[in-house]
Amino acid sequence: MTENSTVAAGDVPQLNPLYLLRWEEPQQAHVMLYPEGVVKLNETAAAILLLCDGQRTAADIVADLNSRYTDADVSAGVYRFLETSHAKGWIRIKS
Amino acid sequence: MPKAGSGLSLDGDRIPMWLVLELTYRCPLHCAWCNNPLDFDNYRNELSTEEWKRVLREARAMGSLQLGFSGGEPLLREDLEELVGEADGLGFYTNLITSGIGLSRERLQVLKAKGLKQIQLSLQSSDRAITDSLVGAKAFDAKLAAAREIKRHGFPMVLNVPICRQNIEQTEEILKLAEEIGVDYLEFANIQYYNWALLNRSEFLPTREQIAMAEAAVARTRARLGKKMTIYFVIPDYFDERPKACMNGWGAIHLTIAPDGSALPCQEARVIPGLEFPSVRDAPLAWIWHESPVFNEFRGDSWMKEPCRSCPEKEQDFGGCRCQAYLLTGNAANTDPVCAKSPQHHLVVDAVAEAVAPGRRHRPIVMRRRDSINTAFMGCGG
Ligand SMILES: C[S@@+](CC[C@H](N)C(=O)[O-])C[C@H]1O[C@@H](n2cnc3c(N)ncnc32)[C@H](O)[C@@H]1O
Ligand code: SF4
Ligand code: SF4
Repeated sequence: MTENSTVAAGDVPQLNPLYLLRWEEPQQAHVMLYPEGVVKLNETAAAILLLCDGQRTAADIVADLNSRYTDADVSAGVYRFLETSHAKGWIRIKS
Repeated sequence: MPKAGSGLSLDGDRIPMWLVLELTYRCPLHCAWCNNPLDFDNYRNELSTEEWKRVLREARAMGSLQLGFSGGEPLLREDLEELVGEADGLGFYTNLITSGIGLSRERLQVLKAKGLKQIQLSLQSSDRAITDSLVGAKAFDAKLAAAREIKRHGFPMVLNVPICRQNIEQTEEILKLAEEIGVDYLEFANIQYYNWALLNRSEFLPTREQIAMAEAAVARTRARLGKKMTIYFVIPDYFDERPKACMNGWGAIHLTIAPDGSALPCQEARVIPGLEFPSVRDAPLAWIWHESPVFNEFRGDSWMKEPCRSCPEKEQDFGGCRCQAYLLTGNAANTDPVCAKSPQHHLVVDAVAEAVAPGRRHRPIVMRRRDSINTAFMGCGG
């Protein structure tokens, strides 16, 4: 399942088309909906996944988030989350 | 239905996240493991289009999110498309659970336009003759055609294969067929023994050797395909030492509405006698979910007896399945006898042993038909 899930700066992540990511008012959270389940996302996870639009590179995503969350460098956390998301099949790397 | 490994991480908000509407129990097929009630023909007083729409609005207002249109065969309802449109407009993630019979190209187009998000199709075998004999009708070609049309219309697709002794040895071929169709999620659903399936249990239970072979075939395919196709294979709970976390707990996240409007904590709950299931025709859904006696009957863990009461695992499995506890032990508040800690665990061990005993007398398989068995003693459904 988790074969080759490292994400490099130049990779372009994209939400898996089987998944639907959207704001859910009753939960006051973003959720990811897919054929076999629901995942409720915390704020950071949602912020990252919303940027996985098949246009931005991983480096772009880091830069975008760094400009918003200025207190610390988010880089390591973002890569780790992208790798987990990739392993879980939530995102794909566009080739 | 919530599956093991579904990534369902929604906390105990006690919202009926998972709503299943059983639009009708009418069905062109006769699957002998069908989990519909034995007296399915007594449920002809189906909710009207407007009544279903009201259910949808009430459920969505409570935070329901995942929605399955099931049955019976939901395609037999001519208002299916209209209901899908209503549900999509309300913000549900809509799922059609179908045998594929009647799923024409035209209907698929309309369903897509109405916002249907995914389709779960049931298939019983990679072999035409075996499929047709298992469902009691010529269905294989129609199911396969439906599968290809579903993918052509770009729907995410779950293929549900109910597993029994008759088809488990085709696991390898079923995997190949699913791969060739382009299935996204392949679910080997080991038959759960309620209603029709329970009647036929001794004929359907696979052997341990069969299960091991099927698991090996799944593992080989997983290694080869990686993320291309997600494969679920859950071993039948009869072969386990611990019960399934049925429905994630009674009245926790799952709500089923039967064709006549009865609200059920799970599809099988009517097998437990003495419970009164309120109808959406008579009471607001929020009251039914939060306040009605039946939804609180086995909620949480205060109803539990030993060994569950003092067991550290009760947070994980909620003591297993209430319906199975009733059907096998006669008391729905008992520990699910699938659990090795249950004093009645031998009932499950014996059922498995009996099914594979050499020289056992085979029973004829009872197909799901109106006149297969006498249900007069059961009273009126719902
Ligand atoms: C009851 S059917 C209703 C929808 C439709 N008629 C169909 O067959 O897909 C819903 C799903 O439950 C599965 N199913 C039926 N009886 C079952 C049982 N006893 N154990 C496990 N799955 C079962 C079917 O394979 C199907 O995927
Ligand atoms: S499982 Fe078979 S008999 Fe039961 S509703 Fe589905 S298609 Fe009909
Ligand atoms: S005793 Fe009850 S709670 Fe403990 S593992 Fe068995 S079923 Fe689960």
